[in-house]
Amino acid sequence: MTKSITQEPLNYLNHKTGLWSWLTSTDHKRIGLLYLYSITIFFCTAAVLGLLMRIEKMAPGQTIMTAQTYNGMFTIHGIIMVFIVVIPGLAAVFGNIMLPIMIGAKDVAFPKLNLFSWYVFITGAMLGLYSQFANGHSPDTGWTFYVPYSAQASSNVVIALTAAFVLGFASILTGLNFIVTIHRMRAPGMTWFRMPLFPWSLYATAWIQLLATPIVGITLLMVIAERTFHIGFFDPALGGDPVLYQHLFWIYSHPAVYVMILPAMGVVTEIFPTFSQKPVFGYVPIVFSSMAIALVGYFVWGHHMFTSGISYESRWFFSFLTFLVAIPSAIKVFNWLSTMYGGSVDLKPPLLYAISFIFLFTIGGFTGLTLGSLATNIQLHNTDFVVAHFHYIIFGGMGFAFFAGIHYWFPKIYGRMYNFKWANISWGFLFVGFNLLYFPLFIIGIQGMPRRYFDYDPKFQMGESLSTIGAFILITGFIGMITNLIYHSRKGAIAPANPWHGVTLEWQIPSPPPHENFDEIPIITHEPYRFDNPYTK
Amino acid sequence: MKNHDNHISSDTTNWTVLLVLLILTTISILAIKIHLGAFTVAMALILASIKVTIVLTYFMHLKFENTLLKLMVGGVFLLFAVVIAITFIDYYFR
Repeated sequence: MTKSITQEPLNYLNHKTGLWSWLTSTDHKRIGLLYLYSITIFFCTAAVLGLLMRIEKMAPGQTIMTAQTYNGMFTIHGIIMVFIVVIPGLAAVFGNIMLPIMIGAKDVAFPKLNLFSWYVFITGAMLGLYSQFANGHSPDTGWTFYVPYSAQASSNVVIALTAAFVLGFASILTGLNFIVTIHRMRAPGMTWFRMPLFPWSLYATAWIQLLATPIVGITLLMVIAERTFHIGFFDPALGGDPVLYQHLFWIYSHPAVYVMILPAMGVVTEIFPTFSQKPVFGYVPIVFSSMAIALVGYFVWGHHMFTSGISYESRWFFSFLTFLVAIPSAIKVFNWLSTMYGGSVDLKPPLLYAISFIFLFTIGGFTGLTLGSLATNIQLHNTDFVVAHFHYIIFGGMGFAFFAGIHYWFPKIYGRMYNFKWANISWGFLFVGFNLLYFPLFIIGIQGMPRRYFDYDPKFQMGESLSTIGAFILITGFIGMITNLIYHSRKGAIAPANPWHGVTLEWQIPSPPPHENFDEIPIITHEPYRFDNPYTK
Repeated sequence: MKNHDNHISSDTTNWTVLLVLLILTTISILAIKIHLGAFTVAMALILASIKVTIVLTYFMHLKFENTLLKLMVGGVFLLFAVVIAITFIDYYFR
C-alpha cells in the first residue's frame, strides 16, 4: 500500500499521512471527508434503529420492544437523521469538498473555523448519542421536542436539547464560512452569473443556516431554562404558551427542510448537464428559484401547525404561501427535464440516482401540497401519510441526491472508479425498497393509521408488513452501494481527471485534487456550462 | 477592500455610543415597570433593535462598509421583523 501511495502524484489524500494529520487538517477536502465518514456512521446507526422499528411493526401487538423503547427509538432516529445526517449532510460534505474548487479557490475563507465546525458537530452528535445511554430514560419526545411534554418528561430531554443546540452552532459556522467564501474568494472573472449552480444552491442554503438556526437555538435554550429554572415560556402550567414554542420551532425547522433540499437540488443540477452533454436549461431561472425557495420558505412554517389552534387568518396565509413555494420547485423540475431533452443522455449511476430524485421528490412535493391544503390537512395530520411525505422529501430527495452526488464526485474525491454494474444493481434495490417502504404509509395514513404508534389495528397489517419488507430491501441496496464505494475507493481502477466529460472547474484538475486545488488560480472567461470547451472533447 | 483601510473610530464616538447603550439598557429595565399590556414585548423588541443597530453601526463598523453589506444586514433585520410580525399577528387574531 505504501508503495502504491508513493507512486501516486502528491494530492490531498497523500501529501500528509496519519490520523493526526486528518484530525488537524484545515484542508476543506479532508474536512469534507471527515464529515462524510462521521455522517455515514451516524446514518447507519439511525438506519438500524429505523429497521428495528419496522420489525416491531411487522405484526400488530408487541413484537420485539416495549412502547417506551419504541418512543425512545423514533426520537433518537429522528434526532440523528434530522440534526446530524440530513441538515448538515450535503452542504457539509459536498459543500466542503467541492465549493472552493468549483469557484476556483484554494480553500474556504476560514479554514480553521471550518475544522472547528467539525469538532463542534462531533461534540453535538456525541451528546445526542449520550442522551440515549445516560442515567434515566432516553428522550421520548420525538425530534420536535414539543412542549408541554418536553418541559415535563422525566427522560433525558435536556441532554438531547443541548445536543441539538450545539449541532446548530456547527451549522451556523459552516453557513457563515460558505457565504464569505462565495463573496470573497471566487476566481477572477467568475461573476455571480458565471458561478456554477451547486455553489448557488449552497449560497441560498448558507443564508438559511445563518439566519434561521439561531432562532431554534434560543428556543431550545428556553425549554432547558423552563425545565431547569421553571420559567414559564411555553408550559401552560407555568403561564407559558405551547403554541409559541411551535411557532419558534418551525420558524427554523421548516427552512431547515430547504437546508436539506436546496443543496440536493444543486447536486442534481450539476449532474443533468454533464450526463446530457448539454448546457443547463434556464440557468438564471434556476438561480432565482433557489433564492425564491430560500426566501418564501421562511414564511410557510405555520403549515405544520394548522391543527394546533392558530388563528384562521394565519392558516389561510400559511396555506397560500405553501402553495406559492411549489412554483420555484416546479421551475427547477421543468428545467432539469428540459436539460435532458435533446441531449446525449448517458444513463450512468449518477444520472440514475438524479432521475430517481426527480421522481421521488415530485411525489413528496405533491403530497406536501395535499398536506398544505387546510381541509385535507385536518384529516391527514399526525397520520402515517405525513411520515411517508416527509421521507419522500427528505430521503427520496436529499438522500437520493446524496447518493447521486457521491457517485458523481467519487472519481474526483478518491481518484478511483467504482463498479457501474454493482452501482446499478444497488440502485435497483434502493429504489424498489424505498417505494415499498414508504408508499404503503400514504395509503394506511389516509385510512387513519396514526404516526408514532408502536401498535396498530390489524386492518393496517398489510401496509405495515409491506413497509417492513421494503425496509429490508432498502437496507440490502444500501449495503450493496456502500460496499461498492468503500471497496473501490481503494481497489478501483484509476480514474481520469474528467471521466464524465464535465465542464465545471472540478473536472479541470487532477483526480484526486492537489492539496491546494490549483497551481495557479484560474481566470474565468465564460459561463459555467459550455460544452464547446475543447478541454472536454 | 478599500472600506477596510485602517478606519479607527475616535474615542469620543466610542464613549458616546457606550453611554447611549447604557442609557437604553436602563430604559429597557425601567420599561418593565410600565404596564403596556400586549405592547410590552413590542417595546422590548424595539429597544433591543435600536441597541443592536447602534452596535452594528459603530462598534462593528457597518457605517464604513459598502452598500451591499449594508443592504444584506438590512435585509436580515427586515426578515426578522417580518417573522416576528407574522407570529404576533397570529396572536392578535386568535
